Amino acid sequence: MEKKDFKVVNQRVDKQDALGLACGHPVFADDMDFTGMLYGRLLWSPHAHARIKKIDVAAALKVPGVKAVLTYKDVPRVLRTTAGQGYPEPSPYDTCTLDNKVRFVGDRVAAVAAETPEAAQEALGLIKVDYEVLPALFDPLLADKPGAPVIHDEPDARNIPDAKKNIAAKFEFEVKNGEWFGAADFVFEKTYSMPYLQHCAIENHTVITSLDQHNRLVIRTSTQVPFHVRRIVAQALQIPVKKIRVIKPRIGGGFGSKQEVLLEDICSALTLKTGRPVRIEYSRKETFISSRTRHPAVVRLKTGVKKDGAITDAEMDITLNTGAYGSHALTVMMCSGSHTIPLYKVANNIKFIGKSVYTNLPVSGAYRGYGATQGFFAWESQMDIMADAIGMDRVEFRKRNYIKLGEGSPVFKAMGEGREGVEQVITSTGLYECIEEGMKAIKWKEKREKYRHQKGPLRRGLGMCGLMQGSGIPEVDMGCATIKMNEDGSFNLLMGAADLGTGSDTILSQIAAEVLGVKVTDIIAHSSDTDLTPFDVGAYASSTTFISGGAVKKAAERVRDMIIEVGAKILEKKKEDLRLEGGKVVARDGASCSLSEVANTSLYYYNQHQITASASHFGHTSPPPFAAHFAEVEVDTETGKVKILDYISCVDCGTAINPTLAEGQNDGATLNGIGHTLSEEMEFSSAGTPLNASFRRYKIPSAADLPPMKTILIPTFEPNGPFGAKSVSEIGINGPLPAIANAIADATGARLYNGPFTPDKVLRAIKNKAS
Amino acid sequence: MKKNKTESLTAEKGLFTIALTLNGRPAEFRVKPNEFLLDALRAHGWKGTKKGCDTGDCGSCAVMFNGKPELACMIPAVTAHGSVVGTIEGVGTVDRPHPIQEAFVEAGGVQCGFCIPGMVISAKHLLENVPDPSEAEIKKALDGNLCRCTGYVKQIEAVKIASKKLRTRRASK
Repeated sequence: MEKKDFKVVNQRVDKQDALGLACGHPVFADDMDFTGMLYGRLLWSPHAHARIKKIDVAAALKVPGVKAVLTYKDVPRVLRTTAGQGYPEPSPYDTCTLDNKVRFVGDRVAAVAAETPEAAQEALGLIKVDYEVLPALFDPLLADKPGAPVIHDEPDARNIPDAKKNIAAKFEFEVKNGEWFGAADFVFEKTYSMPYLQHCAIENHTVITSLDQHNRLVIRTSTQVPFHVRRIVAQALQIPVKKIRVIKPRIGGGFGSKQEVLLEDICSALTLKTGRPVRIEYSRKETFISSRTRHPAVVRLKTGVKKDGAITDAEMDITLNTGAYGSHALTVMMCSGSHTIPLYKVANNIKFIGKSVYTNLPVSGAYRGYGATQGFFAWESQMDIMADAIGMDRVEFRKRNYIKLGEGSPVFKAMGEGREGVEQVITSTGLYECIEEGMKAIKWKEKREKYRHQKGPLRRGLGMCGLMQGSGIPEVDMGCATIKMNEDGSFNLLMGAADLGTGSDTILSQIAAEVLGVKVTDIIAHSSDTDLTPFDVGAYASSTTFISGGAVKKAAERVRDMIIEVGAKILEKKKEDLRLEGGKVVARDGASCSLSEVANTSLYYYNQHQITASASHFGHTSPPPFAAHFAEVEVDTETGKVKILDYISCVDCGTAINPTLAEGQNDGATLNGIGHTLSEEMEFSSAGTPLNASFRRYKIPSAADLPPMKTILIPTFEPNGPFGAKSVSEIGINGPLPAIANAIADATGARLYNGPFTPDKVLRAIKNKAS
Repeated sequence: MKKNKTESLTAEKGLFTIALTLNGRPAEFRVKPNEFLLDALRAHGWKGTKKGCDTGDCGSCAVMFNGKPELACMIPAVTAHGSVVGTIEGVGTVDRPHPIQEAFVEAGGVQCGFCIPGMVISAKHLLENVPDPSEAEIKKALDGNLCRCTGYVKQIEAVKIASKKLRTRRASK
């Protein structure tokens, strides 16, 4: 179908749930009251690394109102991962519900359920724990050195490549076509780093568990992965999947943090123990210290370049700090290469050396960008360094080296997510248009000319970068949707796909409405409930529009065919002469019948049946969205303060199913990336205690911090995507670090290699350059 | 505006009964001495006011308190005795939304929606006092309401749309 034909898709329709949310409807996990509900609280480790020698809960159990206290002695010891991935997970099995060893400040020690929050809190204070404090490891670069404390010495952990050296994951890959750096005129080897960063969804992790009339466990939870929650809770507590129902209500943001199966196991254990509904809601401080973070990274990138602008060799060596447990340790590390290196044409040799190491710090996990954020900071900084060295225009150098339509990369096949990837070529790209439009919007040429000769302490500069991501995990991710027709010609759209605030219920409804020839308001979307909706891997890896959208389109096409079958009978026409349009079955000669008539006929009058269909979609490729980001900054060379004067991000997400929502995804991702760039960083004491576990001390951008910022959508048509769509949710977060680093270097000549670019670091870089 | 009468409250079984005007109607809450208004509202079924931090930093719990936007997580519930409180439920409903709520939908300012009730409260107070605000004034008014989804771009746009809607409505009256 050509773009011009779209009636519902590619339109700025209102987000279905927006008005209810704006009116404060009680739709989030914690907005429901349960009779007899207990308050669950967790006891956190005060030590970074310790063994529990003795734990005594007698006094805690005596607190009036306390109904259960659980320690490692009371729950099944099942080593697994909290990563919330498809089965079998590529993350190490190194975590259990409660353990006799703690591995970071904020690790779980015990759980309490009580009639009141006060009683639960009092009980926590009365649990007597005798710790044997162990030496702790905080520096990821020392993790595999002799003498480092071994964090996972438990004999029953599985799938850890080298536990004695604290290596949670490793992967190497090489393409060799000649002598390393033999053809290069210049070779650069630089090291880039990023610290611990938090997702900061405004809704904290919340779960309420209860038992239904069949004694089945009902888990109402703020999750991105309802079906993985069901499977992993079954595994953790050793109960059958059929005894569990997971309900995903509206979710208050996730950004990867709610892909973790974090609280559902322990809350369920408290409900099974007491028979009562139990709620656990993290406080903001608990979310900071004991949910998940972005993997801090050290990236060493060595590249060779010829004077004519060809990149000859690339060696990318990344060490990720996975913290105390290896959630997403392998896959984020692999994506740091697989989502970045294919963007560049490397003529001769490519090498990727990756490892994720354990430390006694908070657990890293999935976070929007998923490795590409770490990788592109290095790559796109180095692109400017190389262009400047050979005297080529920074934009022209990129255009010469970026992947083009019809081209592939050996990396696509060699590196997937936790396993071999899938061979693919680029089937749609708007990257060059992104660059052109971005240059125009920010007035690249005029301003670069204007800023050539600057004097005084305030210096302005421009920087840009190109980016790609994926659309789902090929040959891994599957989504399914069910559509059923109602008497009035409306349709229920039941999906496992988890709308976590992204608007996926709306855009998936638009896809269904487009196929069925109805208004988007005739589609009633429901996501997700493991008892009611079909399977979907969930909302991660930029997969929902592409994978779940593919499923919805197929299901709608099957329903369309069923409607036409009935319509043909009613209108006494041939099926091939009928189409769906404007809520009707319309024949070539103009005869028509309403969908309501079709539904009533099928339900009550003739050959009675429910018009309904399910369809699954499985991605064989992962077409990358592309983007180009442009930043204009002003650097105060006396204070080191960086001010963003303008920020443009152009993104090619194929057909934007809903341009407003696509822009919103990109705006949010970009500002999140700007936060990473200028202010965000989790800080720890020398004992591993988080020092800034609050919004007051961990600074995320507020409205007043918003610089002039614009998203420009560059339409393309991806032949493998539903109505030409690719993904859009993650890519924007990868741009600000390199674009702003490049702009600061353009303004001052000083290059920043370690995020965030706080005034002290900027000032130091300026001083180092001068000396 | 009524004066606080905390000193006259007496506890019964450890709970104080506070009387307040909530969304224009009289209400009575039984509250613990250590309870804050946010928890009291939510415990009495007013779930539109959200808890994002409980430390006065995120703005998700903003309510109108005696004529000004305040953070309900910072107001001891007993001090709300005799006060006039407005929550998001009092601003508008799905059947009869307030123009600001409509504008947030139209502009695409709602993603996960968790911060929106607080943001609508802030925006409403702004537009009641500054009918035609500049972008800088809008940013300042929304500065206490953290959002991680939208990048604020479409929320600022929403307040501009709402400002126009309200001025048009006033002019036609």
